Amino acid sequence: MRKGMSGRLSRTFFIYGLKIITLLLGVSIVSFLLVSASPVNPVQQYLLKIGPVSPQQQEEIEEYWGMDKPLMERYLTWLGELLQGNLGESALYRRPVKDVIGERFSGSLTLMVSAWICSGGMGISLGCIMGIYQDKWPDKLLKKLCYLLSCVPTFWLGLIFLLIFSVILGWFPIGFSSPIGILRQEVTLWQRLHHLVLPAFTLSLMSFSPIALHTRQKLIEVMNSEYVLFARARGEGKWMLLLRHGLRNILLPALTLQFASIAELFGGSVLTENIFSYPGLGSAVSAAGLNSDVPLLLGITLFSTLFVCIGNMIANLLYEVVNPQIGSYTGEVSR
Amino acid sequence: MKGINQRTKAVAFALCMMGMLIAVYTFGLLISEEAMMSGFQNAHQPPSWKYPFGTDALGRNLLLRTIKGLSVSITVGIVASLISALIAALVGMATAVGSKRVDAVVGWWIDLVMGVPHTVFILLISFALGRGVKGLLVGIAATHWCSLARLIRGEVLQLRCQQYVAVSRRLGKSGGWILIHHLFPHLIPQFFVGLVLMFPHVILHEASISFLGYGLPPEQPSIGIILSESIRYLSAGMWWMAVLPGLVLVGIVWGLERLADYLHRILDPYSVQE
Repeated sequence: MRKGMSGRLSRTFFIYGLKIITLLLGVSIVSFLLVSASPVNPVQQYLLKIGPVSPQQQEEIEEYWGMDKPLMERYLTWLGELLQGNLGESALYRRPVKDVIGERFSGSLTLMVSAWICSGGMGISLGCIMGIYQDKWPDKLLKKLCYLLSCVPTFWLGLIFLLIFSVILGWFPIGFSSPIGILRQEVTLWQRLHHLVLPAFTLSLMSFSPIALHTRQKLIEVMNSEYVLFARARGEGKWMLLLRHGLRNILLPALTLQFASIAELFGGSVLTENIFSYPGLGSAVSAAGLNSDVPLLLGITLFSTLFVCIGNMIANLLYEVVNPQIGSYTGEVSR
Repeated sequence: MKGINQRTKAVAFALCMMGMLIAVYTFGLLISEEAMMSGFQNAHQPPSWKYPFGTDALGRNLLLRTIKGLSVSITVGIVASLISALIAALVGMATAVGSKRVDAVVGWWIDLVMGVPHTVFILLISFALGRGVKGLLVGIAATHWCSLARLIRGEVLQLRCQQYVAVSRRLGKSGGWILIHHLFPHLIPQFFVGLVLMFPHVILHEASISFLGYGLPPEQPSIGIILSESIRYLSAGMWWMAVLPGLVLVGIVWGLERLADYLHRILDPYSVQE
C-alpha cells in the first residue's frame, strides 16, 4: 500500500517536472515574442542612461546587441545563454540580472512566506470557527467579512494601513525593508521584522478568505457525517469533535489549496511591495517594465513562473496524498 | 417580507444594482474636464459641503474625478470581461467537443497562462503593446478566461453524457441542432453568470494595474491613478485622497458581486429559494 503511494508520487513528480520544463519553455517563447513586439527600443533606452552617442555608435551597439538579426536567431541566442545561467545585464541596476533576482528574491521570499503562514493560520482557524457555529452569528459575521475582503483591492488596503499605522499612529515605518542611513550589516533582526509587519499583514489579509471559506465548507461536510453523529452520541463536545475528527480531514486539503494559490500571492506581492517601497521582486518587475529593462523583465517573468509551478507541483503531490482514489494524473488542482 | 418570494426579491435587488451602475456610468460620462477643475487656489482642500471628497494637489474636485474614473473603469470592465468570456466560451466548447489532442493543447495553454502570476503577465502584455488602454484591455482579457473556460468545458462534457442528448443523436439530429437545443439552454446562464462574476475582478485588476503606472495614462481620471497620486501626499496628512475614492471603488465592486450573486440565483432555479 505504502509502496504504491510512493511509486505514484514519484510518477507525478516526474510527469509534473517534465511539464514544468515545457511550460517554462513556452513562457520563454511567449514573453520573448511579447518583449520583441514592444514599440520601445531597448537600445535607445539603454543609451538614454549613458548619454548622447553618435548615430554611428548607436548602429554599432545595435549590431553588437544583434538587433539586425532575425527574431528566431535572437531567441535561440538568448535561450542558449539562459541555459548556461547567463540572464544578461539589467539596464536599470547595471548589474547581472541573476544577482538582482537573487538579492531581491530573498526579500520577497521573507515577505511571501510570512504572509503565507499568516493567511493559512488565520484562514484555517476562522474557517473552523465558521464551520462550528454554522448559521449562527459568528459564522454570519465572518462570512460577511470574507466576502467584503474579496471586494477590497490589496493596494488600497495597504494604503489605509500605511495611513493609520504609520502616518497617524506612527507605530511602523513608512517604507523600505530596513531603516535608511544604516549599513546593511548593522540592521538588526528586530528592525527587519518591524519593517516586515505591515506589508506581510496586508498581503495575508488579501489571501485568507478563499481558504477560510473552503475550510468552512469542508468542516460542515465533516460535521454532517455519520461518524461525527456517532461521536456526538458518545458525548463528545464541539471542540473535541473538531480536534479529533475535523482537523484531520481539513488540514491537508487546506494546505493543498494554499500551495495552489501561490500565483495570487506573487501577484499581490507586486502591489504590496510597491506601496511599502519594499525591495523585492515585485517592485523590481514593475520598475523593469516602466524603465524598459528587458533582460530583467524576462528574467523575473521566468523566475516567477518557476516559483508558481513549483507551488502547483507541491499542491498536486499533496492532492494525491490526500485523495488516494485518484488513480491517474488529472493535470489540475481542484478549486 | 411576507407575500414576496425569494425570486421576486432577487430580481428587484438585481434591478436596483443595475440602476445604480447605469446612473454612475451616465453621470460619469456627462462630467466634463472643466467641471472638475476648481483652480489652484482650492488645492489641498479637505472634504467639505462644496467638495465632498476634497480636492487634490491641482485643485481638482475629487468627487467628480472619482465618478468620472468609475465610468472609465466600467467601460474597461465591460469590454475586457466580454472579450474574456467569449474566449472562454469558444475555448471551453472547442476542448469539450474537439479531439483529445485539442483538449491536451488547450489544457497546457491554460496551465501556461495560470503559471505566470496574473499581475506579471498583464505587465508584460502592457509593456509589449506600449502601455495605455489597449495594453490594459488585451492584458486583462488574455488572463481572465481560464477558469470560466474550464467550467464550460466541464459542463459540456457532462451534458454530452445525458440521455436526452443520446436520444436526440439516435433520432438523427445533427450536432448543430443538439448544440442549439440541448447545450445552449444550459450554457447561456453559465456564460452570463461567469461574465458578471468576472466583471468585479476585471475592475479591481484595472485599478491595480493603473496604480502601478501601466494601464491608463496619468491624465485620465481613474481610481488607480488617483490612489497612486495619493501615496505622495499620505505623509502630509491628506487622508481623503486615499480613503474616499477607494471606498467608492470597494462599494462598486461589492455591488457587482451582489449583482452576480442575484443573477446566479435568478438563472439557477435550484438555488433561488435557499
